[in-house]
Amino acid sequence: MHRTGELYGQFETLEQQKESAQLGMWIFLVTEVLFFGGLFLTYAVNRHLYFTAFGIGGNMLDLRLGTTNTVVLIASSFTMAMSVWSAQTSRKKLLPVCLILTLVLGGVFLGIKYVEYKQKFDHHLIPGHSFDLTYRINHPAPTDDPKELAAERKEIEEAARHEDPAEPENGLIALNAHAQLYFSLYFGMTGLHALHMIVGAGLLIWVIRESFKGRFSASYNTPIEVVGLYWHFVDVVWIYLFALLYLINRHAV
Amino acid sequence: MPPSPDNKFPRDHYLNATYGIRSWLLTTDHKRIALLYLISVTFFFFIGGILATLIRIHLLTPSGALVTPETYNKLFTMHGVAMIFFFLIPSIPAVLGNFLIPMMIGAKDLAFPKINLLSWYIYIVGGCFVLYSFSTGGLDTGWTFYTPLSSVYSNSAVTPAVIGIFINGFSSILTGLNFIVTIHTMRAPGMTWFRLPLFAWAHYATSLVMILGTPVVAITLLLAGLERMFHLGFFNPAMGGDPILFQHLFWFYSHPAVYIMILPSMGVISEIIPTFARKPIFGYSFIAGSSIAIAVIGFLVWAHHMFVTGESTYAALTFSFLSYLVAIPSAVKVFNWTSTLYKGSISWDAPMLYALGFIGLFTIGGLTGLFLACLGLDIHIHDTYFVIAHFHYIMVGGAVMGYVGGLHFWWPKITGKLYPEALSRIAAITLFVGFNLTFFPQFILGYLGMPRRYHSYPPEFQVLNVLSTAGASILAIGYLLPMIYLTWSMRYGKVAGQNPWPATGLEWKTDSPPPTENFHVTPQVDWEPYDYNNRPDLGLAAGRPLAPAHGDD
Repeated sequence: MHRTGELYGQFETLEQQKESAQLGMWIFLVTEVLFFGGLFLTYAVNRHLYFTAFGIGGNMLDLRLGTTNTVVLIASSFTMAMSVWSAQTSRKKLLPVCLILTLVLGGVFLGIKYVEYKQKFDHHLIPGHSFDLTYRINHPAPTDDPKELAAERKEIEEAARHEDPAEPENGLIALNAHAQLYFSLYFGMTGLHALHMIVGAGLLIWVIRESFKGRFSASYNTPIEVVGLYWHFVDVVWIYLFALLYLINRHAV
Repeated sequence: MPPSPDNKFPRDHYLNATYGIRSWLLTTDHKRIALLYLISVTFFFFIGGILATLIRIHLLTPSGALVTPETYNKLFTMHGVAMIFFFLIPSIPAVLGNFLIPMMIGAKDLAFPKINLLSWYIYIVGGCFVLYSFSTGGLDTGWTFYTPLSSVYSNSAVTPAVIGIFINGFSSILTGLNFIVTIHTMRAPGMTWFRLPLFAWAHYATSLVMILGTPVVAITLLLAGLERMFHLGFFNPAMGGDPILFQHLFWFYSHPAVYIMILPSMGVISEIIPTFARKPIFGYSFIAGSSIAIAVIGFLVWAHHMFVTGESTYAALTFSFLSYLVAIPSAVKVFNWTSTLYKGSISWDAPMLYALGFIGLFTIGGLTGLFLACLGLDIHIHDTYFVIAHFHYIMVGGAVMGYVGGLHFWWPKITGKLYPEALSRIAAITLFVGFNLTFFPQFILGYLGMPRRYHSYPPEFQVLNVLSTAGASILAIGYLLPMIYLTWSMRYGKVAGQNPWPATGLEWKTDSPPPTENFHVTPQVDWEPYDYNNRPDLGLAAGRPLAPAHGDD
């Protein structure tokens, strides 16, 4: 279908076009909720079955990095909301600034996520043959706090004894398997979220380019609004992931 | 068939608007994309059909006539995967729905034409992965991919198949999204919600299932695939995972997926019946509402596939009750179609034969579904040929009959040509006879205890199995005939004109084949749907009641 100005040929009016694009994005987000929903359900069932192992796994995440990332992402939602407002009020200079800030904050998030993943890789917490819950306490780095490690060892040993009072070695094997489930879900959920961030970054780069051409104003800003909806959704998913993965059963060791 | 007022073949239409392979592969015209889908789903129907033929030949003798047990496992698995994911689910929505929904509501195209083309490419990419799986060792897990068989123990090409079905899911999601937005925002002036054709209502309900169910099966198959590729343990009991969880997640989509297959077909029947009974449809709002009801209740019944997995009795009772509940909106449709026929002026054109066949076969399939929803009886017939017969009555007797009937009904609109009438009636009757001979014996086999998915059976079951295979041969002729004469008619058929039947829908008020923008002027709708009593423009004898004069109502 040919295009006249910003109006695609299948539509009669710009309002109809905008309404369609927004409804389309909302429906897409509904499908995303259900897509993540399958993961959240798998997580919930296993959290219920293996509460202790999941607690130990969750405690091994870096709360400082996770919290920083949450703040970064909420800030990016703010700049995204600013972008939508700038477009709606025809602030053509401010719009690209806000969009670039959003993109940068998204990049910072992914960078911090990389640091966290690297840490888990060093601690042998990547699911697979070399997954080992006790790797860090058996191979401490010079920077690790010995008191913290001792407390972690005590907790794992207690949980293993609780799992199989007669033979704690078997209990440890079970605990290791269940913690591996936790980390499979951790990487599955945060990985899928990161993938959505990368797609969002691609969309941002596209609207930044278009905004430099001065294409968006009060009369036409559908792409900004639709990308904004997507970005906010990805943020909201992270808020849930942060609470579920980092905060449940968090305790000082 | 009454003569149409203007039997001229239009000079400019969507088929000759542009030429060349690029103009087809890069088209955003919903009508051309529908034809791309028509060719692709027919291809997968052929593959699934060949596999079905091999299964039926193998089961001619009790010890199995053709292949090894391992190969037999692959045959029924690949038959299921090809037919369900690559034929039945896209068939009516992506071919007929794609072609007709914009025209039925008076729009120039779907809301997102590029996304529409994208969903076809996604389908093709997914299909290539699955074909790769089929041709590099095949697949033997059953179409249900139960873990840990699929994720740990199977030695067949599971990974590419899972990837292919995962990818293909997004084709379905995008089609559903496109339909919902289009029906919301693209209706012509005067096309209110309760003037929508029932075909559009059925597709709206189907789209709801597509967007709400498909993402769940996508993530489930992704997890099962990751489990297989990276030795994770989500659903593997040896690693603490829960295989029953996989079944819940799988059926949360795959039961509603049955409604993705049957609802569009019900929409087709709701168009055909009033057209060939020359009467307004009986209970329009009830048929429309029952489509939505089926979609909604359909999401609440999935665990009736799992009565023998050891789920709690309370859960089983609830799911049994909810499964019975789906029968109500389904029966509402059947009764309303029958009431539409009552005192109608019925003509026996081929689409009508398919529609009448649908009503009978769907009724049998639906009622035997109630047997399976019954907790006690299901223990006896679970995983037997009774189940096979039941869902083939719904999917082949229902969904495919509706698809082929719909293809006939709208063929003059799609190609501008009429198909040969006598031959098409013979084909419809052949299909009906062949279908019943294939699948009715399977009800008896299942009730007597023959389990599904076995490559051999006790000798006393042979007579019924031979009958079934004989029926399958007739069925095959019933499918080949329309393929041949429909293709033939594209070149040699009589010119159809705008409205050959005649029917009341908006799609019949434009040329056949339609112009690229569907209508030369945006239509203004000021009539009620299926109002055969007040449509002098259809060229039916004016002023005379359309229903036969005898009797009074």
